Amino acid sequence: MKELVVISGKGGSGKTTMVAAMAQLSDNPVLCDADVDAADLHLILSPGVIETHDFMAGHTASINPERCNECGKCIELCRWNAISGDFVVDPVECEGCGVCYYFCEQGAIEFPENLSGHWYISESRFGPMVHARLGVAEENSGKLVTRVRQEGAKIAEAGSHDLVITDGPPGTGCPVIAAIGGAAGVLIVTEPSVSGRHDMERVIEVARHFSVPAMVCINKYDLNEAGADDIQRLVKKNNVTCVGLVPFDPAMTKSMVQAKTLFEYDPHAPACEAVRKVWEQVLNRLA
Amino acid sequence: MIISVASGKGGTGKTTVATSLALSLGKDTQLADCDVEAPNVHLFVHPEFRNEEIITVPVPKVDESRCTGCGKCVEICRFNAIVNIADTIMTFPELCHGCGGCQAVCPAGAIEEGERIIGVIQHGLCNGMDFLHGRLRIGEAMAPPLIRQVRSRINPDKTAVIDAPPGTSCPVIAAIKDTDFVVLVAEPTPFGLNDLELAIETVKILKIPAGLIINRSDIGDMGVADYAARENIPVLMEIPYDRNIAEAYCRGEPLVEAFPQWRRRFVRLCEDIDELVAEIAL
Repeated sequence: MKELVVISGKGGSGKTTMVAAMAQLSDNPVLCDADVDAADLHLILSPGVIETHDFMAGHTASINPERCNECGKCIELCRWNAISGDFVVDPVECEGCGVCYYFCEQGAIEFPENLSGHWYISESRFGPMVHARLGVAEENSGKLVTRVRQEGAKIAEAGSHDLVITDGPPGTGCPVIAAIGGAAGVLIVTEPSVSGRHDMERVIEVARHFSVPAMVCINKYDLNEAGADDIQRLVKKNNVTCVGLVPFDPAMTKSMVQAKTLFEYDPHAPACEAVRKVWEQVLNRLA
Repeated sequence: MIISVASGKGGTGKTTVATSLALSLGKDTQLADCDVEAPNVHLFVHPEFRNEEIITVPVPKVDESRCTGCGKCVEICRFNAIVNIADTIMTFPELCHGCGGCQAVCPAGAIEEGERIIGVIQHGLCNGMDFLHGRLRIGEAMAPPLIRQVRSRINPDKTAVIDAPPGTSCPVIAAIKDTDFVVLVAEPTPFGLNDLELAIETVKILKIPAGLIINRSDIGDMGVADYAARENIPVLMEIPYDRNIAEAYCRGEPLVEAFPQWRRRFVRLCEDIDELVAEIAL
């Protein structure tokens, strides 16, 4: 079993639309949506949820005023300024370190585990799918990403699926690091903008840092052909393979609006052939 | 006043809006890029960088000669950043959140505070406007402490525009919490709507007044506009899709500079936000 993780650095470069199209081209994949902050793949694949699981992670302190003698130790020790002068914990600021809970001599601090979100095992028209929803304003997105990938791998192994395709989060921090570790490869979907290029360079470095082979695909390349040429040179200089260029195609957005993949929406759309070629290259590289 | 620009989904036009808004506010403005994982604002405003600060978080340093191996530090750490392996206390600085619990609990005074670099903050000037951004070190997981450091360098007596990271979890919270107004940028598609709903939930939890800009307002469906109307979120601006705008963006040209006709609309946007903030204050 191999896992391909699709990332971008910059958001909105077309990761999820590409993942949905590749899911259709792929033979019997398992699909994971590891963008747990703002998961969108289910909007195209409309999977039927089979199992819903609670995601418990981290703890949040709260102070029981009946036991609190206002000694002030918790305020003094809290590095997050999460406890107000009248001894109320701001759950958004609370880091869940438990220092106040540990040191409170009155036992006035409660420190329950959080229900931070949910994860789901579903069936989509292209194969099993694992996805999640992190509660808004929650932490531990990296842990939830790890859980989604672990469950995807389990399903792949139990059902003899050769490939897991994971829709990754934007950025370079905790959720991205959790999304790419141990993957067979990452496909970086970029765009020929100054920001697309800048963020691509950063995620190439992240992939290298964690020793995951990277490939790059330039989406909407014809919005700035000179910029796309620059990116290709840069990619080459970094010893990364450019697996293809996809033209700007309104069918990409229109298909999403109709909850279809690019190929379901219009198999003759200009982007289709390019995406097909990207997919062939990706499969070759993974093999 | 601090105005933050955020979105659930990435790539909806946050940076376009933040740069054009700041450039329209005039010289006495600060522009702070808090998307420390993917900081892009500087690519559009080309600041002249003046100085750079290395940003660290506190991590424990164990003095083995004093350590009695009591294990209290291991017990208090919620993040598995300090563990006992074969009677030796080992630290994993990249897992440490810097809560200081181990240091506070150690009865032998064997734990000192060291530091771990998480990134840098760079300060600059562009056309008289203060610019600053954080850049998370490659391989570093924890963005929020760096974002909080960027925030702490904003002068509250001036007007500031913050470009926030995408998403709805801790990095966004760190970037927009306690700002006076948040401008949400969304595109009118099912992805845009789904992620806007999450972003609205986030700003409601933080109790920040919000307005909406619909970018590429004619590429999708009516879902976002209908939702905004239902939820009483003022639509501050609509920016239609225009290939020329997309191409100028690709080249790194701010909207109000590439298309000066937009400047008046952004000046108007500043005034609208001012009025909304004043109304709320009443």
